[in-house]
Amino acid sequence: MNRPLAPDETRQTVLRLLGEIAPEADLSLVKADVSFRDQLDIDSMDFLNFVVSIHKTFGVEIREADYPKYSTLNGCVEELSANRTR
Amino acid sequence: MADFVMPTLGSDMTEGTLVEWKKKVGDRVTKGEIIAEVDTEKSAIEVESFFTGIIQQLITKPGDTIPVGTVMALISEEGKPAEEVEVKVEARPVKESTPSPVSEPIVSSPTEPGRLRISPAAKQLAAELRVDPSTLRGTGPGGAITLSDIHTAAAAPTNEQPISSADRQAKMREIIAAAMARSKREIPHYYLSTAIDMGRAMTWLKEENLKRSVTDRLLYGVLLIKAVALALRQVPELNALWKGSAAVQSPDIHIGVAVSLRQGGLVAPALHHADKQSLGELMTRFQDVVKRARAGTLRSSEFSDPTITVTSLGDQGVETVFGVIYPPQVALVGFGKVVERPWIVDSHVVSRPVVTASLSADHRVTDGHRGAVFLSAIDRLLQEPAQL
Repeated sequence: MNRPLAPDETRQTVLRLLGEIAPEADLSLVKADVSFRDQLDIDSMDFLNFVVSIHKTFGVEIREADYPKYSTLNGCVEELSANRTR
Repeated sequence: MADFVMPTLGSDMTEGTLVEWKKKVGDRVTKGEIIAEVDTEKSAIEVESFFTGIIQQLITKPGDTIPVGTVMALISEEGKPAEEVEVKVEARPVKESTPSPVSEPIVSSPTEPGRLRISPAAKQLAAELRVDPSTLRGTGPGGAITLSDIHTAAAAPTNEQPISSADRQAKMREIIAAAMARSKREIPHYYLSTAIDMGRAMTWLKEENLKRSVTDRLLYGVLLIKAVALALRQVPELNALWKGSAAVQSPDIHIGVAVSLRQGGLVAPALHHADKQSLGELMTRFQDVVKRARAGTLRSSEFSDPTITVTSLGDQGVETVFGVIYPPQVALVGFGKVVERPWIVDSHVVSRPVVTASLSADHRVTDGHRGAVFLSAIDRLLQEPAQL
């Protein structure tokens, strides 16, 4: 990314990436504080691919230990915002 | 001259629709190279050539729906004389079938014009299911009508419209139903399970993934697949396909991995030579095959080669899997969720991550003792994750 994204923009980008992983999902129904895996039909492979997409799109390094932080929409936005200020 | 035929990609496939030729007349193809894209009731499949040579004739046109075993193209194999090619092209009728790796035993009788090649068992089944065998094109050796042909005909809709997404889902459900019903009817399953301490494996994986970038990390599922593959070396009886009335061991180890499809249903494509791949290579192939399974771009050999299926339902919270063998395979290994359990270590009760591994195996091929040896081998292998 060439410039920091606003939270709303980050949120939309994360949702877009999520839509690529789970194309059948109605993203308008995604609850921001609920784990993706609890509301969408995604498995370990899907979640790994999602994390890889976040890494490639936002240019952030994501440790495996930090995966839980990316398990919700709000978590992704917060972590990516924090990552930009580090 | 070699026939490039509509391949059979499992006991449940009876026909396919040519979507596209990837080669044209005069092109050279090598064995294993993708030559066509075929649409089946389950998904689109990239079909590989079984020969190396020059394409002499493309017989089937895109859009044609043809039975398994039908000649689609003619390939002149390298080293064969050209005149032989020409004679055979003119004289060769379109075959109606080729031997299927999953065909049932048939009555072998001299071929007579107008006489159906059908075993007594298939004939009886046809009567029971009210299927007229004279309307079928057999997929067994020499065009023989098999039990599978009868079941498929009984389940098949009568119209031949293009397959829509909804139709494909419904058809896939029917196909799975037919294959699983056949499995439960014909295969005397036995089941074994064991709890495996995954402590060492999970610790090793965590440390290993610390060394890897996010794009190269391993899922714990690949450790399970590799352990199954290596355990098959120790119990090769389970690395087999049931053909006719006997099991035939495979010289290579190709593991089928169950992949659920987003539109419903599942497929179990092969991870070829899984015992010889490093964990990194296996992970890359695993990701690729899951991606292509969901995109509908699997290859023919990925359907036809597995001798055993590995399925993991741990992501869905399941602890134990009681699997149904996918014929003509002779076993299925299931893994559940990794859960923290009390475990005795050096006379002390400690908490350990434990997974339940289960084996569904064909009792015609192995007994419980060999199945137990197999599960024990998987357990031992997972205790030495660095050696996988």
